[in-house]
Amino acid sequence: MEHRWGMAIDLDRCTGCEACVVACHAENNLPVSSPEQSEKGRTAHWIRVDRYYEGEFPDIKVKYMPVLCQQCDNAPCEPVCPVYATYHNPEGLNVQVYNRCVGTFYCANNCPYSVRFFNWFEPKWPDPLPLQHNPDVAIRPAGVMEKCTFCIQRIQRAKQDAAQEGVPLADGDVQPACVQSCAAEAMVFGDLNDPKSRVSRLAASGRATRLLEELGTKPKVFYLQKAT
Amino acid sequence: MSATPELLPYKRIREDLFRPLSGISRGYLLTTSIAFIVGAAGLAAWGYQLRRGMGVTGLQRPVFWGFYIVDFVFWIGISHAGTLISAILRLTDAAWRKPVTRAAEAITVFALMIGGMFPIIHLGRAWLFYWLVPYPNSRLLWPNFRSPLLWDLTAILTYMTGSVIYLYLPLIPDLAQLAEHNTTWRRRFYRAFSLGWTGSDREWHALERAMKLMACIILAVAVSVHTVVAWDFSMALAPMWHSTIFGPYFVAGAIFSGIAALIVVMATLRKVLHLEMYLTRHHFDRLAKLLLLMSLLWLYFTMAENLTVWYGNEPKEMAVFGARTRAHYARFFWTMVVLNFAIPFVLLGIRRLRTIATATIASACILAGMWLERFVIVVPTLANPRMPSAVSLYTPTWVEVAITSATFAAMVMLYLVFAKLVPIIAVWEFKPHPQEED
Repeated sequence: MEHRWGMAIDLDRCTGCEACVVACHAENNLPVSSPEQSEKGRTAHWIRVDRYYEGEFPDIKVKYMPVLCQQCDNAPCEPVCPVYATYHNPEGLNVQVYNRCVGTFYCANNCPYSVRFFNWFEPKWPDPLPLQHNPDVAIRPAGVMEKCTFCIQRIQRAKQDAAQEGVPLADGDVQPACVQSCAAEAMVFGDLNDPKSRVSRLAASGRATRLLEELGTKPKVFYLQKAT
Repeated sequence: MSATPELLPYKRIREDLFRPLSGISRGYLLTTSIAFIVGAAGLAAWGYQLRRGMGVTGLQRPVFWGFYIVDFVFWIGISHAGTLISAILRLTDAAWRKPVTRAAEAITVFALMIGGMFPIIHLGRAWLFYWLVPYPNSRLLWPNFRSPLLWDLTAILTYMTGSVIYLYLPLIPDLAQLAEHNTTWRRRFYRAFSLGWTGSDREWHALERAMKLMACIILAVAVSVHTVVAWDFSMALAPMWHSTIFGPYFVAGAIFSGIAALIVVMATLRKVLHLEMYLTRHHFDRLAKLLLLMSLLWLYFTMAENLTVWYGNEPKEMAVFGARTRAHYARFFWTMVVLNFAIPFVLLGIRRLRTIATATIASACILAGMWLERFVIVVPTLANPRMPSAVSLYTPTWVEVAITSATFAAMVMLYLVFAKLVPIIAVWEFKPHPQEED
């Protein structure tokens, strides 16, 4: 059976520690930007933690929401790319093909979640960070768009390992870096085509909502929170 | 000032209009050099951008489109000067069009050459621009025809081809005349480009039919081109872009800025080339009335666009609306309203005030106003995306300013060269009986 990868993020569990952001940087060879570039809004965080404030100081509550590519089934970024650099793969992922990308920026303009990132310059890392590059992930040149891949390299690896052992891929065999590093265990990744997977059960629970669902983008990231 | 060029003897007309082609004045050299320097500075800035990366611009997440896309829409809008105006006038047989058409058609071709550069300049990897051309690659993969950018490229290439032909056809009889009147390299140049024109009846009929046909085709293409440019925005899911009015709004705005550009160019040519007898108050008056009409139409569209958003009061749209009319970008928005409506309405609407000078001032205001209009459409929407955490501001850098100024210099330079090679007013159109030998 085809896989259909999805994620559930429990907002009532998220502490906003941003371990997922750091893990993503390490796993996916995200460049390090300077304070000046960061001030200009040029940082690339494939996953970010948005903060929402409720109430006035001192009686204030902060809500955290990790936002990554929502891997929409009906993705607005896909049809607008003139060179098929962004397309839908058979497992439902929005795949970004760096080699095809010419940098029209259209996909990023059409993404309602603002989760697409551009390589403004050749990527740079201060020493000794280049020594810890992940060999499974390409380093993107200047001029191309990039975004969260649901750690597609880990999906491929898990499938290969399972095939080698001759066993089917079990729920929980694939863990993107953000999910693996979440200390509060707020994030769950799995196959939405398998009704018994944890993510499927969470997505079907009454606590699940999707971000900007009203746009009809059909995201595959489910946010869990207390129904009010 | 009631003299019409039609009443002058044809020999005199030909002499008057051929005269600017020979000799190079000091002013000409100076203007060309300044234009060349500004243009070269823009090219250097682009070279710097290609070498360092798009980070040298003021673009950032989420404002991925900035000055370059504004310039693109602006120049494609200017290109509507020519073709549309001259095609409409040609099809309706308006006799007063004769001294206006070629100047207008030349604007179209040059503005398209300049505007067509911007989709390439704004690419992250500009050296791969040909991947967008509708042609299959070595693995037989065509570009994505669902992308409005591909419609755009197709439309602009079509328009470019059409408007070059449309400029060229009425040039042929003049080129043949010029070949007769010149020696040296110019004679060979004009002879080659006149395609062996002899002025036979058959040729005149063929030319007449070809021009009529091209006028019809170019009208449809011109409307479609700016509609498709508008669709680059309205096909996107972004607040205040996703609007049905954008197609006609952009077409009207393009004709509006096109006429303004034409008036500015005509006033300059009139002064510099001493064409007072040919480009008379009469021509400016008619174009000024047309400009006034377009100004009112522009106001109507702008109101229709903004009023519906304001009344609908949808939060995401209102964020953009607020940024446009009350917050950071309000100064541009209200300047635009003054430049595009208030000033032209007073200067062109009151008959006593409507002179060549005021029409030129109003047109210059409109050119600036229409550039701002595109800025106000492109940037505030991107700066206020649906996710509140991504809201941001955009400030251009010197690279974008240099490249933008260079395009204006390029327009001046192209026009200067053009005016030295061919008469800027179609001479043969003044021939009492073009079919007869003189």
